This record gives sequence, C-alpha cells and structure tokens, in this order.
Amino acid sequence: MTATRRAADTFAILVALVLAWQVLHQVVGATALPGPVPTLSYLAKFVPTARFIENATATLVCFAYALAFSYAIGLAIGVWMGAHHLSGAVGEPVLISLYTLPKITLYPVVLLIFGLSLPGRVTFGAMHGVLPVALLTMSAIRNIPPVYLKAARTLHLSTAQTIFTVLLPATLPEVVAGLRIGFTLTLLGVLLAEMFAAKQGLGFLIINAMSLLQTEEMITVAVMLFAFAALANALLLWMEHRLHHRT
Amino acid sequence: MSRVGWIRLLVIVLAVGLLEAACRLGFIDHRVIIAPSAMADALVRLLISGQVNHQMARTFGIIAIAVAIAVVLGFALGLLVHALPRVRQALEPFFATYYAVPIFIFYPIMVAIFGLSVVPILLIGVLNAIVAMVIATLNGLDRVPRVLMKTARVHHMGPLATALRLKLPAAAPHLFTGVKLAVSYGFIAVIASEFILAPAGLGRVISDAYSDFNNPRMYALMLLLLIVATVVNMALHAVDQRWAERRGIRKP
Repeated sequence: MTATRRAADTFAILVALVLAWQVLHQVVGATALPGPVPTLSYLAKFVPTARFIENATATLVCFAYALAFSYAIGLAIGVWMGAHHLSGAVGEPVLISLYTLPKITLYPVVLLIFGLSLPGRVTFGAMHGVLPVALLTMSAIRNIPPVYLKAARTLHLSTAQTIFTVLLPATLPEVVAGLRIGFTLTLLGVLLAEMFAAKQGLGFLIINAMSLLQTEEMITVAVMLFAFAALANALLLWMEHRLHHRT
Repeated sequence: MSRVGWIRLLVIVLAVGLLEAACRLGFIDHRVIIAPSAMADALVRLLISGQVNHQMARTFGIIAIAVAIAVVLGFALGLLVHALPRVRQALEPFFATYYAVPIFIFYPIMVAIFGLSVVPILLIGVLNAIVAMVIATLNGLDRVPRVLMKTARVHHMGPLATALRLKLPAAAPHLFTGVKLAVSYGFIAVIASEFILAPAGLGRVISDAYSDFNNPRMYALMLLLLIVATVVNMALHAVDQRWAERRGIRKP
C-alpha cells in the first residue's frame, strides 16, 4: 500500500515536471522550446531513422570501449592501492584531487595526442571513469575487517578460496558502487568529447541540432540519453542494494 | 611533513621532471605537449600582461554566483523538503538518478532558449550544483540529535530560533560537505559550458587557443585552471575534515 502510494507520488512529480515543460513552452515560444506533445511525436519518428541509429551506435561503441578501460584500469589501481598500504597512503590524496578537477580542461591535450579519432574520445571517457572505480575499490579492500582474513587462515583456505569466498564477497557492494559512478562519469566524458569535437555520436547530434536550431531533435536525444542513463543507474543501484542485504 | 607526504612529493616531482626531460630531449613533440617549465613561464607572462584578466574575472565570477545561488537555494529547498516527508519520499528516486544522468546535455537546449549569453552558463552551473546541496541539507537535518530538539522544547524556543540556533549549527558539518560538492560541480559545469559553446570566458579562450595551435597560451591557461581547482578543492577538503573531526563524525 505505502509502496504504491510512494510510486503514485513520484509519478505525480513526473507529471508536474511535464506540465512545467508545457508552461515554459507557452512562455518562451515554440521555436525556443517545443512543447512535450510535438517533441514526443518527433521522438517516435526520429528514433527509428538510420541517422539516429548510426549516431547512437557510434556513441555506444565508444562508450563500451571507454567503460572497459575505466573498469580494467580503475580496478587494477584500486586493488594495488588497497592491498599495498604505502602506495595507497601516497596515492589516495593524488587520486582525490584528480577526481575533483574539471577534466574537460585536459581534452585539448588528448586531442593533440590522438587527433579527432575514436581513441581520443575513448581515452577522455576513461579518464572520467577510472578515478571513482579506483577510489571505491581501494576503500572496499581497506575496509575488510581483519578478522575475516584471520578466519580464512584458521580454516586453512587456499589463496584462491580466500579470494573467491572471503575477499570478493566482502568488497563487492562497495566495488559495485564504484562501477556505478564510473559508468555515469564515463558516459558524461564520452558525450563531452563528442560535443566538443566529433563528427558523429549523440553529443555531436545535439550540438549539430543546436546550430540548426532543431530544438525537437536536441530534446529527443537528451530524453533518450536520460532514459538510458537512468535505467542503467537503477539496475546498478538494485544490484548494490541486493549485495548489501544478502544473507 | 610525514614520510608518506615526502614520498608523495617525490613521486610528483619525479613525474613532472620526467615530462620536462621528455619534452626537452625531444621525445615528446612540442606541438603536442610543451615542457612544464614552459607552461609555467607562459602562465607568468600571461598573468603579468593582464590579457586574460577580464576573462578570469568573468569565469570565476560566474562560478561564484552560481555556487552562491545553489548553496542558498539548495539549503532553503532542503529545509522545505525535510519538513514534508511525503514529498521527500516521492523525490527520493529523482535524487538517486540526478547525478547519474548527464545534466550537462541540457546546456545546448538552454542556449536555444536563452540565447548565447551568460544566462545558460549560470543556469547549468546552478542546476549541476544545487541538488548536491539539497541532499547534504537533508542528510544534515536527519542527523540533528533528538536530545537537541528536546532541549529546544524545554527552553520554549520558537521554530525560527530552533532552526537558526540549533539545527543550523548541528547540521553545519554536513552542510559544508554540500558546499564543497557545490563548488566542485559548479566549477566543472561552468568550465565545460565555456569550452563547448560560449561568447567568452577562460574555457572559450583555451578552446580558441587550441584551434589556433597556440600551445603556450593553451597550456598556461590549463595550468591556471588546474592550480585554482586544486587549491580551492584542497582548502575546502581541509576545512571539511577539521569540522568533521571536531564534531566526531568519521568521513570517508
């Protein structure tokens, strides 16, 4: 009962947001901001076109590569700095200050190194995702209660058994949290890269639509990206929740 | 300084030294990356010449205004939402999703609505920063000890006095975390907007220098932004830690 009421309340806020969109549309005019109804009908028409699918595929491919690099490098750094105390103590503040930098400032460097190419966009996306994955993996490993390792030794577990039955389950919830934030930031990095300099991808589509004053197309792409990011986030949050509350 | 601190300094100095050596010895093309010493030199010259003072004032001014709006409005919204538990529960999924979706892709839409001016940059800065402040305010208010509210009742304090003299100081460390995040998010959003599309500002100047192959200017300004961001973040981090320690809150 309370769950349905909560869902209804959330839905009511969603409706209020769409209404606010309609009101804003009335205020600023149709060319600046088309209303929700024309935009959604445009979305239904535009999404199946080859143009959208090509650009969405380009973004997805770039994102998949960037995510693979973010996760692989982030986990490697995280495990190393979590397991080796001195490296962790030396590296953590450096990672934290890199994490808070506006990485877009460094995009021209990436462009000078890689040119306007897929590797450049992948690198820039991965630069965003690596740090949260590394930081949260490191903290997950550091927060393992020492008594777990003692128990593993008392039970004469082999190294492989210790990793798979003790270390992995103990660190997984926090690592998944890192992977979730890494997912979000990698996507942002890839989109920023496409917006700043690219000839394909959804970020390029938005910037291109802006210069042509194609507001419907801009909002369509934004809505699709929002839906993608929100769904992926919900899925990863659900996994995290399950991992935290397993018995 | 501790031993760890010395090692960290050594690692950083070595990394910069290696880059310097690689650039000076020609392993790295100067059209790609210029030597760190050349970057610093270019930055000092640029600051002395005063050519970018106007752009610096503009960018840092926009960031300051955006953060101020986000902090004040975010705190007010946090108070409001905290007083309405049903609204808060309904908003919970939005808070969980907000920073997962790239809010920044709204920037071009705002440019279409408000034109290419300071307004869309300011708005995207506020939008990117404000929710962090709202969430921090809610967290802080949740952690105000019950006993303080009882004390307020015992002393017959009015709601305004309770809010200002008890809730605000008790929630302060959490609020400060919100301020810290708001600064960081506001900074990123404003610089990114200026990079992508803006009439002026430091991000625009860097992006122009990139298109003109003016590497000394580009690297000088990058260095400036990185130094400012690092110093501001480190200062906020230090204050945050000290407040948390004083209140006995352990923070990650």
